[in-house]
Amino acid sequence: MGMTMTQKILAAHAGLKEVKSGQFIEIDLDLVLGNDITTPVAIKEFEKMGAKNIFDKDKVVVVFDHFVPAKDIKSAEQCKQSRCFCKEQNVTNFFDVGQMGIEHALLPEKGLVVAGETVIGADSHTCTYGALGAFSTGIGSTDMAAGMATGQVWLKVPSAIKFNVTGKLNKWVSGKDVILYIIGKIGVDGALYKSMEFAGEGLKELSMDARFTIANMAIEAGGKNGIFPVDEKTIEYIKEHSTKKFTIYEADEDAVYDEVIDIDLSALKSTVSFPHLPENTKSIDNVGDVKIDQVVIGSCTNGRIEDMRVAAEILKGHKVHPDVRTIIIPATQAIYKQCMTEGLAEIFIDAGAVISTPTCGPCLGGYMGILAEGERALATTNRNFIGRMGHPGSEVYLASPAVAAATAISGKIEDPNNI
Amino acid sequence: MNAQGRVFKYGDNIDTDAIIPARHLNTTDIKDLASHCMEDIDDTFVNEVNEGDIIVALKNFGCGSSREHAPIAIKGAGISCVIAKSYARIFYRNAFNIGLPILECEEAADRIQAGDEVTVDFKSGKITNKTKNETYQAEPFPEFIQQIINCDGLVEYVKNKLK
Repeated sequence: MGMTMTQKILAAHAGLKEVKSGQFIEIDLDLVLGNDITTPVAIKEFEKMGAKNIFDKDKVVVVFDHFVPAKDIKSAEQCKQSRCFCKEQNVTNFFDVGQMGIEHALLPEKGLVVAGETVIGADSHTCTYGALGAFSTGIGSTDMAAGMATGQVWLKVPSAIKFNVTGKLNKWVSGKDVILYIIGKIGVDGALYKSMEFAGEGLKELSMDARFTIANMAIEAGGKNGIFPVDEKTIEYIKEHSTKKFTIYEADEDAVYDEVIDIDLSALKSTVSFPHLPENTKSIDNVGDVKIDQVVIGSCTNGRIEDMRVAAEILKGHKVHPDVRTIIIPATQAIYKQCMTEGLAEIFIDAGAVISTPTCGPCLGGYMGILAEGERALATTNRNFIGRMGHPGSEVYLASPAVAAATAISGKIEDPNNI
Repeated sequence: MNAQGRVFKYGDNIDTDAIIPARHLNTTDIKDLASHCMEDIDDTFVNEVNEGDIIVALKNFGCGSSREHAPIAIKGAGISCVIAKSYARIFYRNAFNIGLPILECEEAADRIQAGDEVTVDFKSGKITNKTKNETYQAEPFPEFIQQIINCDGLVEYVKNKLK
């Protein structure tokens, strides 16, 4: 019986010729990732395990991105603890303030992940690197500790849903709309424990940034990972960012899928997830009149340069609505700098938006844009659970950078075609 | 090993932000985390929970973030066991890894109501609802998971591996 792309990567890293869905395996890891809020818990467990040294100083990555620059004393203490650990262990890829970016935008940009690799991260959106043809998945801090100590992780081999993608996206419709549409269709547990494997002619039309956005939100459908086949765009991206050797894995012709879902990109419209679940989607022509108090453009989902360019294209020559606080967060230092050199930063400031240093900040209700009771945000982030961005009585609507920029101008959820 | 306690009942898709809001993730202290468990969706939980009590929920319990602070907060609050129809995958592995017993049982999740007195026999997977005088059978654990359970979590499992 044929294997899916994910199963082939897992088999190779488990030293097995073949794996089957449901089988428990332990795989060798190419990268173990943690951030400023999950690494401190992992350090505790690492010590309890009696581990002395990390398995490979080049294969552990620690990125401070959630609550940094430290938002309060407790966060500063957590950073201090992780910083000391990274120095003691000579972690090569430790990214502190000034070098850091939002982890899932930073790692591909720094060339730390390439096709065919296995990555675990103590952050649920670690599934982002599936865009590069790697197996990557989110795990908890104890798994991170075990990964740092042994270079391995235990996994149950997932079955898969295949998404057969055709057509071409319309103007202002993006990778975010593709993944929100999918989550709306299959639900927040529609891919529970499974791989989401993307395939089809339509993929060549999707930019790398769009693919990162799509793979990033696989977890929002309950998926273990989301993965794209490696094509010319992937290879070009990897060669531009990395000197690491990469391996191309392809699903077998006779691979078995639990389900095949056809996605026609040309039929998709801008999509908005209403509170309080990402599956509560409506197309932009069905959103009604929803007044918005805050717009956030950024996050590991949509803080990349393409997202910034789309936002700037719409905001150019406009002012944001006087009742909308508009917060724009380029995901990494390099993207931030690019926003400056391309003149995007000037457009944002002239429009009345603020630009923040890279941080996850408001996405998880940490800081840099917390909502009061009864307030509504439209954000390019990934979750809209109760209290996600602040007060339990506030609301988050998820959408693309184009819809976010249009909404910032209009003051209510807006179709970018109307600007 | 057995569990016995009063039930706190929740619905579908209880996410990790509901279990422990991110604003409290600036600490790893178990008591601190436990003192905010469920506060955004059930502000009575922390005051009413007693050592040994049980959480019963419907599908996709623990969806969202990878934060291990979520099962840690639940365990720290004194909860002896969680029963649900299904779990989000990261929460599922985190719970076993840190030694919080969790069971999958559709019937128990449907039948058990808030306040019911329930006992769980982990070895057999038998769940007894003393209030309703009913029993339910949970899904057996896969062999590999049973190994982690036998080690009381991943720490001991890795310790043995490192030896």
